[in-house]
Amino acid sequence: MRIAVCIKQVPDTAEVKINRETGTLVREGVPSIINPYDTHAIEAALSIKEQLGGTVCAVTMGPPQAEASLREAISLGVDEAFLVTGREFAGADTLATACALSGVIKKIGADLIICGKQAIDGDTAQVGPEVAEFLDIPHVSYVKKIIEAGAASIKVERMMDEGSDIVEASLPALITVVRELNTPRLPSLKGKMNAKKAEIKKMGAAELELPVDVVGFNGSPTQVKKIFTPGPRGGRKKLEGSLEEQIDALVNELVEKKCL
Amino acid sequence: MDYFLSEEQLMIKELCAQIAQEKVVPVRAELDEKEEFPWEIMKVMAASDLFGLFIPEEYGGLGKGSFELTIAVEELSKACLGVSTTYAANALGTYPILLFGTDEQKKKYLPDIAAGKRLVAFGLTEANAGSDAGGTQTTARLEGDHYVINGTKQWITNGGEAEIYTVIAITDRSKGPRGASAFIVEKGTPGFSFGKKEKKMGIRASATRELVFEDCRVPKENIIAREGMGFLVAMKTLDSSRVGVGAQGLGVAQGALDEAVKFARQRVQFGHPVIGFQAIQHMIADMATDIEAARALVYAAARYADSGAKDVTKVSSMAKLFATDVAMCVTTNALQVMGGSGYMREYPVEKMMRDAKILQIYEGTNQIQRNVIAQNIIKEAAKAR
Repeated sequence: MRIAVCIKQVPDTAEVKINRETGTLVREGVPSIINPYDTHAIEAALSIKEQLGGTVCAVTMGPPQAEASLREAISLGVDEAFLVTGREFAGADTLATACALSGVIKKIGADLIICGKQAIDGDTAQVGPEVAEFLDIPHVSYVKKIIEAGAASIKVERMMDEGSDIVEASLPALITVVRELNTPRLPSLKGKMNAKKAEIKKMGAAELELPVDVVGFNGSPTQVKKIFTPGPRGGRKKLEGSLEEQIDALVNELVEKKCL
Repeated sequence: MDYFLSEEQLMIKELCAQIAQEKVVPVRAELDEKEEFPWEIMKVMAASDLFGLFIPEEYGGLGKGSFELTIAVEELSKACLGVSTTYAANALGTYPILLFGTDEQKKKYLPDIAAGKRLVAFGLTEANAGSDAGGTQTTARLEGDHYVINGTKQWITNGGEAEIYTVIAITDRSKGPRGASAFIVEKGTPGFSFGKKEKKMGIRASATRELVFEDCRVPKENIIAREGMGFLVAMKTLDSSRVGVGAQGLGVAQGALDEAVKFARQRVQFGHPVIGFQAIQHMIADMATDIEAARALVYAAARYADSGAKDVTKVSSMAKLFATDVAMCVTTNALQVMGGSGYMREYPVEKMMRDAKILQIYEGTNQIQRNVIAQNIIKEAAKAR
């Protein structure tokens, strides 16, 4: 089994600052980490490898310093790492990102692709499913349990708003995972020493045989008009007591607010 | 202070700090409260290769030395001495095999120890023998291909939880200290059982238990070195491990100071954070200075041991003595800086203070360390004449 994990290097804070003029995230001075959801994807890949054998490769797109996140993945037990990097990839939206990532996966091959459900900086949850579409393979998102991973198919439990679905997909397939799936391991010393020496394979658009107008800013139909922090939601009130008391309280409230 | 750690040493420090922060800090109060052995944390440490740190590469370890072990123990001790004692006692139990074991013994035991699959304990202390190893009453009698061990070891760290025990027993009482020998005894050997689990003031996550030997037969090849080498094995083992106790002192003192500084910056009295008051500042300055001096001594002792020096006894005793006295003093004063809050179990410093006390006692009380240091000075002076 060859498993590819797509990871993203993100700023280590849920409250990133925004440059008001450019509408982009300010990354300077903020330490970088592997997107927390992606650490669950790495853990899932490593435990499937432990079960079935094979190799795990980590893939990311980003500036040269994103190499650090790949080295961290290797310290956890990932076998190979690929960094998609180059000026041509700058300013990519989710579509252009997915295009580049799927380009790498086509090159390196994978039976199973695992992504975190979303990145904590952009929060779109689009890249994983888009990669699957580019590769023309099935995908299952929001996976909270891997019931069975085999050589030809994977059976998973998908988290839904109410309850969950059990889905089986033939391989190759892509899944995106949620935190409930597992507890990510810590690195080992041998892993950290390997990571220091490991070769990170760098790829540009030319190596991926992708035209420059499908990646980066040029390949991105999304135009960011404005980035802002939404204001706090209005006040809420929780009604308590018996059902009758709650109904009375609700009616009184609505009358008071002149809604009834 | 920058102690010019190598890239690998920084990696070890960083990994241990991560384990301490993510796996130890969230559960330390509960482990202490429930007196629960930290198996989950030991599993994480095993997966992170930490049990192999000081074991040669040919036996599956990382082949590092005393200094690397010092760094690891210091980081873990910042979070919890109960956890770091469990880890350090494993090294203590392993040293007899590492320093004196035959190639067969090393091949048989070290790979499992390095992988963290089997935990080790060292059995020296008895009801009437601790610092006075001459009072040892446990005996081992050769009968055919086996030694038959009888006696009870007391206050054995990792007792009951460990699977491999290195134990000192008397093989020939007429020879006094030269009549003791060291043995490897595996858990599950008939005649080997565990007595009561002790209820302690501190390091309550660490297991402390009696080892009971009743006609326990161990194969002849389980003797470490030769008959009569037992006390030498024990003394060399303690020479190696004592620096680790110093590292524990260093760690817990730093952990307590960090908590006190954090608290003092937030606690407001008379309209100012209390850290603004000179009384607090002087206490903090003294604590930080003592810790830095202890660190310099412990690191120097560890590096000296790693240099292959033979006369490490005096300096390792000094490192243990100084750093653990600093630990008791600093944890006490860190609690004082925090006032009533420091005394409450809601904060970790009261536990640090309870835990720190053992460091002045185990692996030779600090009074015994002073004896050892003085004896070495007297010996050196006699030689110099």
